[in-house]
Amino acid sequence: MNGYSFLSVVRQALNGHKGWPVVWRSPEPKKNYDVVIVGAGGHGLATAYYLAKNHFIKNIAVLEKGWLGGGNTGRNTQITRSNYFWPQSAAFFDHSLKLYEHLGQELNFNVMLSQRGMLTLAHSLHELEGMRRWANAIKINDIDAEVLTPIEVKKLVPLIDLNCRFPIRGGFIQHRGGISRHDAVAWGYARAASAYGVDIIQQCEVTAFNISSGRVTGVHTTRGTIGADKISIAVAGHTSELARMADFRVPVTSMALQAMVSEPIKPCLNTVVMSPIIHMYASQSDRGELVFGGGADLYNSYAQRGGIPLLQENIAALLELFPAFSRLRLMRQWAGIVDITPDTSPLMGLTPVQNLYISGGWGTGGYKAIPAGGETMAYTIANDQPHPLIEDFGLERFESGALIDEGAASGVAH
Amino acid sequence: MAPTQKNRLTSGGRIDRSKPLSFKFNNRKLQGYQGDTIASALLANDISTVNRSFKYHRRRGIMSAGVEETNALLTVSDGKGDVPVVRTTVRALVDDHQIKSPSGFPSVNFDLGRVLDFTHRLWTAGFYNKVFKWPNWHWYEGMVRRMAGLGNLPGGEDGNRYFHHNLHCDLLIVGAGPAGLAAALSSVTSGARVLLVEQDHELGGSLLANRALINAVDSDLWISRTRSALEEAVNVTVMTSSTVSGYYDHNVLTIIDRSTVGVKRFWKVRAKEVLLATGAIEQPLVFENNDRPGIMLAHAAMEYVNRYAVKPADVMVVVTNNDSAYQVAFTLYDNGVRVPAIVDARKNIANEIVQQANQRGIPIMSNSVILNTFGTSVLSSVRVGTLSDDGKSTVNPTDEIACQGLAISGGFNPSSDLYSQAGGNLQYAAELACFVPMQCRQRVTVAGAAQGKFSLAEALTEGACAGSEAANKAGFTCAPIDVTTSTTSSYNLKAVRITPAGDSSRKWVDFMADVTVADIELAVRENFVSVQHLKRYTTTGMSADQGKTSNLNALTLLAELTQKPIGEVGTTTFRPQFMPVPMGAIAGQRHGDFYTPARLLPAHDWHVRHGAVFENYGAWKRPEYYATNGRDRETAIREEVLALRRSAGLFDGSPLGKIELTGPDAGEFLNRIYVNNVLTLKPGRIRYGLMLSENGIIIDDGVFARLADDHYLVSTTSANADRIIAWLEEWHQCEWPDLEVIISTVTSQWGVTTIAGPNARVLLQGIESDIDFSAQALPHMSVATGTLLGVPARVQRVSYTGEMSFEINVPAIQSQRVIEALMNLGGNRIAPIGVEASLLLRTEKGYLHVGADTDGMTNALDVGFAGIVAKKQSDFVGRRSLLRADDQRKDRRQFVGVEPLNDNENLQSGAHFVTPQDEGRRSQGIVTSACFSPTLKRIIGLGLLERGFERKGETVTVFDDGRTFDVRITEPVFYDPSGEKMNA
Repeated sequence: MNGYSFLSVVRQALNGHKGWPVVWRSPEPKKNYDVVIVGAGGHGLATAYYLAKNHFIKNIAVLEKGWLGGGNTGRNTQITRSNYFWPQSAAFFDHSLKLYEHLGQELNFNVMLSQRGMLTLAHSLHELEGMRRWANAIKINDIDAEVLTPIEVKKLVPLIDLNCRFPIRGGFIQHRGGISRHDAVAWGYARAASAYGVDIIQQCEVTAFNISSGRVTGVHTTRGTIGADKISIAVAGHTSELARMADFRVPVTSMALQAMVSEPIKPCLNTVVMSPIIHMYASQSDRGELVFGGGADLYNSYAQRGGIPLLQENIAALLELFPAFSRLRLMRQWAGIVDITPDTSPLMGLTPVQNLYISGGWGTGGYKAIPAGGETMAYTIANDQPHPLIEDFGLERFESGALIDEGAASGVAH
Repeated sequence: MAPTQKNRLTSGGRIDRSKPLSFKFNNRKLQGYQGDTIASALLANDISTVNRSFKYHRRRGIMSAGVEETNALLTVSDGKGDVPVVRTTVRALVDDHQIKSPSGFPSVNFDLGRVLDFTHRLWTAGFYNKVFKWPNWHWYEGMVRRMAGLGNLPGGEDGNRYFHHNLHCDLLIVGAGPAGLAAALSSVTSGARVLLVEQDHELGGSLLANRALINAVDSDLWISRTRSALEEAVNVTVMTSSTVSGYYDHNVLTIIDRSTVGVKRFWKVRAKEVLLATGAIEQPLVFENNDRPGIMLAHAAMEYVNRYAVKPADVMVVVTNNDSAYQVAFTLYDNGVRVPAIVDARKNIANEIVQQANQRGIPIMSNSVILNTFGTSVLSSVRVGTLSDDGKSTVNPTDEIACQGLAISGGFNPSSDLYSQAGGNLQYAAELACFVPMQCRQRVTVAGAAQGKFSLAEALTEGACAGSEAANKAGFTCAPIDVTTSTTSSYNLKAVRITPAGDSSRKWVDFMADVTVADIELAVRENFVSVQHLKRYTTTGMSADQGKTSNLNALTLLAELTQKPIGEVGTTTFRPQFMPVPMGAIAGQRHGDFYTPARLLPAHDWHVRHGAVFENYGAWKRPEYYATNGRDRETAIREEVLALRRSAGLFDGSPLGKIELTGPDAGEFLNRIYVNNVLTLKPGRIRYGLMLSENGIIIDDGVFARLADDHYLVSTTSANADRIIAWLEEWHQCEWPDLEVIISTVTSQWGVTTIAGPNARVLLQGIESDIDFSAQALPHMSVATGTLLGVPARVQRVSYTGEMSFEINVPAIQSQRVIEALMNLGGNRIAPIGVEASLLLRTEKGYLHVGADTDGMTNALDVGFAGIVAKKQSDFVGRRSLLRADDQRKDRRQFVGVEPLNDNENLQSGAHFVTPQDEGRRSQGIVTSACFSPTLKRIIGLGLLERGFERKGETVTVFDDGRTFDVRITEPVFYDPSGEKMNA
């Protein structure tokens, strides 16, 4: 991709920016496609892009019931990291981070990746031992991790209160972790995919699958029937609903995960901070807002809005670590629906229906996986077999028991 | 009049001229009066430029008199520290306020950042997506971050106190303007519990800015009578200086209450019915250079005159597309402001109004719009043009009309944020050119301007009706009161807000986010035509005002540019909070000790007296070790371990989870929960067991005792006590409701004192008790009930240390007595043991510590339970999963002991077993516990290792923080493998 540069901005500025082309096309749906992807979030768009780029399939549609990037891609807290415990997760998520590291240049669209470091806090000596376990796993997986003393934590995050209710005993940091701009990721992939000829069709809800003798052949949508040789589902928040339409079940529960922002202020927090015990994560966006969140609302729901208890919980947690934020004001709170699997690892690969593929179960962490998720799903669709990086993330694992429990490693009770 | 207050009127207003207040703005000493807002005081002092704009650093002045303010969000110090982003248009002025403009370098009046305005064509919407990619974003990020932000982090100590309150009411009325007051008055007689909430410190809403005759009296009098009537009614509560900020599911609303100085209260209100009388917000007009200081919303100009006795400028042009601004023009004129023209986008204007203007000699320029504004630092003149016949261009530009102020009125948009938060749908009302509430799944009604009824008469009568109807719907009876006004008002809006001429990159849509018409045009050109994309790409409505004065104009433009009806482009989702809320208020008192209230042991004071050093274990504060005679942590732990092994130790295990199950099916229930066979357990006996998740993963371990045929006592790990009771309840209530069993948690009812060590029995036998502690009567893994020191006691022979051990349960309140008695009796033969020594003792014995020695992948087979699983015939939670191929794999990580080959190697928990480097380094498992064993005088550890069971005796490499060394794999039991001591 090209077309965006400082020079082109200057050139366009001189003619009043009248010459910019559309970032993506909005065509009418065709009757048939080689591949239809359901869901124009980050994962769906990235899958389309890599199908076109790496596998030379150009006759692709991405169907979206709302507006592209409007689900969890546009609702998350933008954290990008690969500090995972199990080798399969580490390999997959670090590949994703590596793709992120050059994504702005590859897509010719600045996704504003800011590798300012992802700090995880320990509040007890036993937690610190757990962190040592975690950091060693990361290092063995050849990913950067550094265990920090409380003094080093304080140096990195001067506003933190080391002597909070659960005093901070240390932490560990992945320096390559950080944040990026979520909308830009969706838009960048949409632009690049569209340039390859991918049809992105918004306001087009899939209502049923056409399946004959165990093989998917198309979809019914609110904009008519669309035939397809292969179909992939990438609808975080509604994975179980789409699976139900195709007559199979996925072990997924859906819950609302809240995020919230303060009013924007000048830079005061330069690291992404996460505490598994005081359940909270926070960073400061480039616009100056504190962006933070915590645990999911405690009931299953498809409603994309959060309740008051978790709002209070999250803010109390933030202020316990950062008392200086108490007079800052909360500007906005929202929620997305997260699909949580029993082992908190994603679901990717083939389904019981032939030529139907799935990418879901991203839980609270799908955003950071977008580039690798797209690339490996594209491979999986093109070759009708899972990409080596995602072989272990298939649906079969819930039958075989070969779970990949990252919850344990990320400090969440198992 | 103080000399600095050039724009202060000599009479009128709701300010108290007898109470002057002094304050500083950018270090300039100024004066205002009690009753002023910061903004009105600044205007009185003729301060026009108060801030610089976010992106282009343009001069900005006060543009409103309310919560919709986009420019005068300043840094205010109240003596305790600077607080940024203060909405000075609604913040009352207090003596000694220090007010600063947050932006502008070196000053707000001379700002080098202005260079961004000169080069503005480069910085269009989304420019940062197109550039700053090489070498990477991080290079530019620091500069961009420093330029963003609306002020610095608040400085100094937070002197506020924060409280939470909860309330139920039958009817919550939001907004005490004409509609809200009429509604409240109507509902008084119903007997319903009514809560009336007003964000201003005074009741009255729009009446404060524009008085009228209501029920034939002056509105001031009507408001004060209404207030008295409401305050006298026992069923009505009036809250002022309180903003309803969130509308959640189940008619729960949140209120931030600022009515007490230095206190912020966060209310959660559950209302049977909600009536929104939230009014409407005047919308700006969009024309070239519409952001100059001196340009303000028309009704704000009127409010400054009438409420604060401040004229915004000496000469003001009024520009409008509706009738309501004429009242503004007349008010300005009547208070000594020269009004050179009223510019009206409409062709036909009601005669009555024209006559009133003629009487004052104010010329009306009809069918006209503002083309451009001029001025070096502040507004000095405007140019007007006539709309062409098709309305798509302008003709006949006028000469510049000199003025220092421009009052703009684009008509009103109902304040629908709360309605939308509640899940309500809005529809576009073409004749009003705004969005009005349509339908909502929650129990809410809307009245007055919030429903698009912009005249006072309608607001009063419809408010009265809505109030009684809502009370009726809540189950009470009342009729609407009669409330009328002789003040007539007309509206007749023409849907023209955007001048169809001029440089679109200089026509502001969102003042706060610095978004222009050109940005919106660019976004549409680039296909960001979904309203959500438009918002996110241009950032319209995303700043601290959440688009209160920009969303409607942006939508109008989007509709125009995409040639769609406005109703079809839709609105973005309104989210809480309506007005930003201090986060301290939302957290309330949940801070410090109250963040998670500490749970103290029943004998806490005894531990304090005996040198305990406390540590957090979950919410519990427990003795980590005892710093007896000032010994350090290492020494203390070592000496405690040795004391217990040599003679006896006393451990306070009160946080241990204790759950009693009674009923005929109690045994059957537990048999389905535990991996172990429960049914074969005889009364009086105890068994150790594992609980699994559905996935076969170990979630807890502990002992269960059968106290009687139908009575069991389950012990869980301290950390999991709450989780396991919920787990048991879930299985009982959701899966097996047919089983007759009652589950009760008794964790805090019983204090637990464990006495362990070779001398434990001898010591215990010296205590007054009717329990026989002999090995024959009370062998290992049995339980006895009786009395001890005259109180009921349960004594369990269970051991977590590998020594002979008695776990004494007495009512929690008696726990300290038992400890004292045992310690007195034992003298130097017994020592208190902290948690760390206890964990070390169990490591020596090789007992599992669930959560440390197991993780989210460890199943029952991995810790040597294969035999027990195979023997059990009946089903239990997790059994099916243990039969899966992967759970049966031979190369799973299994529980082992580990010791370094070289004694000098510091084996630590958290190290990994790894494959040799030449095979490609891979983790084979983890060291889960490790310590220097005082008993064995060497380092030992426990771990989970691939194929661990068959690798005892093997040498394996461990990796820790970049270092590697070799260890030997052993049986996990290092101490007393035969169990001789424990069974003694």
